[in-house]
Amino acid sequence: MKILLIAESREGKLLGGTYELAAFAAKMNAESVMFLVGDDTVLPKYAGKLYLADGKAAGEYNPDVHKQLVLDVIAKENPDMVALCHSSYGWDLAPRIAYALKAAQISEVVGVVDGVPVVPVCNSKLRRDVKAKTVKSVVTLQAGAFGLADEPSGTPEVEKIAVAGAGRVQFTGYEQAAAGGVDLGKAQVIVSAGRGIGKPENVAMIAALAKALGGEYGASRPVVDSEWVEHNRQVGTTGQTVTPKLYIACGISGAIQHLAGMKKSEFIVAINTDRDAPIGDVADVLVVADLKQFVPLFTEKIQSL
Amino acid sequence: MKILVCIKQVPDMESKFKIDAGGTWYAKTDLAWRMNEYDEYAVEQAVQLKEQVKDADLTVLCIGSDQVKETMKKALAMGCDRGAHIADSNASGKEPFEIAGIIAEYAKDKNFDLIFTGMQSQDRGSGQVGVLVAEMLGLPSVSTVVHFAYTGGTVQVKRELEGGIKACVTVQAPVVITCQLGMNTPRYPTLPNIMKAKKKELLTIPVADLLKVAARQETAKMYFPEKKGGGLVLEGDIAELADKLIKILKEKTAVLA
Ligand SMILES: Cc1cc2nc3c(=O)[nH]c(=O)nc-3n(C[C@@H](O)[C@H](O)[C@H](O)COP(=O)(O)OP(=O)(O)OC[C@H]3O[C@@H](n4cnc5c(N)ncnc54)[C@H](O)[C@@H]3O)c2cc1C
Ligand SMILES: Cc1cc2nc3c(=O)[nH]c(=O)nc-3n(C[C@H](O)[C@H](O)[C@H](O)COP(=O)(O)OP(=O)(O)OC[C@H]3O[C@@H](n4cnc5c(N)ncnc54)[C@H](O)[C@@H]3O)c2cc1C
Repeated sequence: MKILLIAESREGKLLGGTYELAAFAAKMNAESVMFLVGDDTVLPKYAGKLYLADGKAAGEYNPDVHKQLVLDVIAKENPDMVALCHSSYGWDLAPRIAYALKAAQISEVVGVVDGVPVVPVCNSKLRRDVKAKTVKSVVTLQAGAFGLADEPSGTPEVEKIAVAGAGRVQFTGYEQAAAGGVDLGKAQVIVSAGRGIGKPENVAMIAALAKALGGEYGASRPVVDSEWVEHNRQVGTTGQTVTPKLYIACGISGAIQHLAGMKKSEFIVAINTDRDAPIGDVADVLVVADLKQFVPLFTEKIQSL
Repeated sequence: MKILVCIKQVPDMESKFKIDAGGTWYAKTDLAWRMNEYDEYAVEQAVQLKEQVKDADLTVLCIGSDQVKETMKKALAMGCDRGAHIADSNASGKEPFEIAGIIAEYAKDKNFDLIFTGMQSQDRGSGQVGVLVAEMLGLPSVSTVVHFAYTGGTVQVKRELEGGIKACVTVQAPVVITCQLGMNTPRYPTLPNIMKAKKKELLTIPVADLLKVAARQETAKMYFPEKKGGGLVLEGDIAELADKLIKILKEKTAVLA
């Protein structure tokens, strides 16, 4: 089996998932080649062939242009499988490649059992083994699912490929996330509010517990999207990544995008009415309780210690 | 202007799931159903666009059993003009390629200027349908959109990337947009609008009329993940729970020292 690995870079910087692709190929016992739109001075460590398209010529991510470049490489290499990261780059590009190849696409693979990809369902409460019915397949890999046992090594054998065409979607620039405000990265204790808090008034009880513990409060995305808490307190893939000594998740279900931002915390407590909430998978302690009753009482007890 | 928004009905994620007899999907009984969260943003954006351009016709499409009409009514009450219910009682389910094929077949001769979908569904979450519909129709598409603006045929959107960075892109309609959480503030249907929605057209089309593609993948098996274990689960009286938790934090962390 031969797998084409689609590495990622943004503004000339290599993005994290690239090495997980190589780890996936190793796990599949497959031969692999890599594709990257990037900069020839910032190459990934990789012991194999790398097809490199110049990032300056191709521009930042452009679906039509990148799709065509990948199809050009596929025409040369004829891989059995194309693997991408399940990232904003990968999940956008993958269906386009799958459609052009008349191939099945299996999204957000978290594991492989006897060669069959496994994917999560219903916020990771369930799993599904998925079989492609097509000869070729396209997969996207959940971030962190395929870790690398060793430091990556090797220097790729680079073959440059030419960029042509402009594409219908025109990139006009990046907008950085608003900076400033609280620095969650410095907090020893973080107490986070999830949608389970129910209403904006309840942010105060989460903030009070954080204060009683000498820490900061954070939030999951829906709480930020509803504008109950500002974005610089959001924990997760599209917010901050934090590693405090203690993380208390209040009314947070534990979606993968939230877990990615906090699962390396030293000690994790979850307060949730749902005993089966996926946050339980990473929590050292899961308190099955209504946070609206538990949090104020717990805060009082902490304050009177 | 003609606008299409595609929605999916999904179970409430807080439900207690069971595997069905076939062992390839969750049992559909005893679940509370709702509109896929991402699709609420799609509907809201479509309605806002219609309000902005005034002269627009907005269709909401949903593939599923009769039960999905409940969710479609919510979209109609939010402001969609008409509903296209693609009736599919096939319990075995369709994979994203088939769902996209059905939507594209429905849309192909209707000249929609804008098609909105969610970026992914909450249950299956492939994140494929919107982009596939665009590929099938030969239209450009932008996924994971958190900001949308339309002026005279030009669409300016922001795609959300990792770390909260956004990529600003411009594209000409017709185009397919897949909507990400936080794109807008989905409205709650008002009672008068719920009443009005009851009179709106809700056309049912048998799925057989539109399904022209074959499945490219199948679910071999569905199951519960192995519990990673280790974690302690505390249940019971909350005052006792609070005391227990304090004791644990004193033993296991330095934060209460
Ligand atoms: C009642 C029901 C029963 C099911 N049973 C099975 C089963 O037994 N086995 C199985 O493998 N799968 C089953 N499915 C799931 C399957 O039909 C998927 O929903 C489908 O493959 C789409 O994939 P996705 O949700 O991952 O799409 P995504 O690509 O994640 O969805 C993105 C967007 O596509 C649009 N979209 C997706 N689905 C629909 C739809 N139905 N109608 C209109 N727009 C839509 C929405 O805008 C959505 O936000 C079932 C689904 C339902 C609703
Ligand atoms: C590309 C992408 C990026 C994303 N980035 C992020 C990110 O950076 N950060 C992030 O957080 N999310 C992110 N998300 C969203 C993520 O997928 C989830 O939707 C989100 O994390 C859910 O937030 P939640 O757990 O607060 O809400 P829900 O999933 O709705 O969970 C609420 C929880 O509260 C519990 N609950 C309800 N009432 C009570 C009560 N009274 N007491 C105790 N518990 C209660 C429920 O049992 C449930 O478990 C992203 C999604 C995508 C697609």
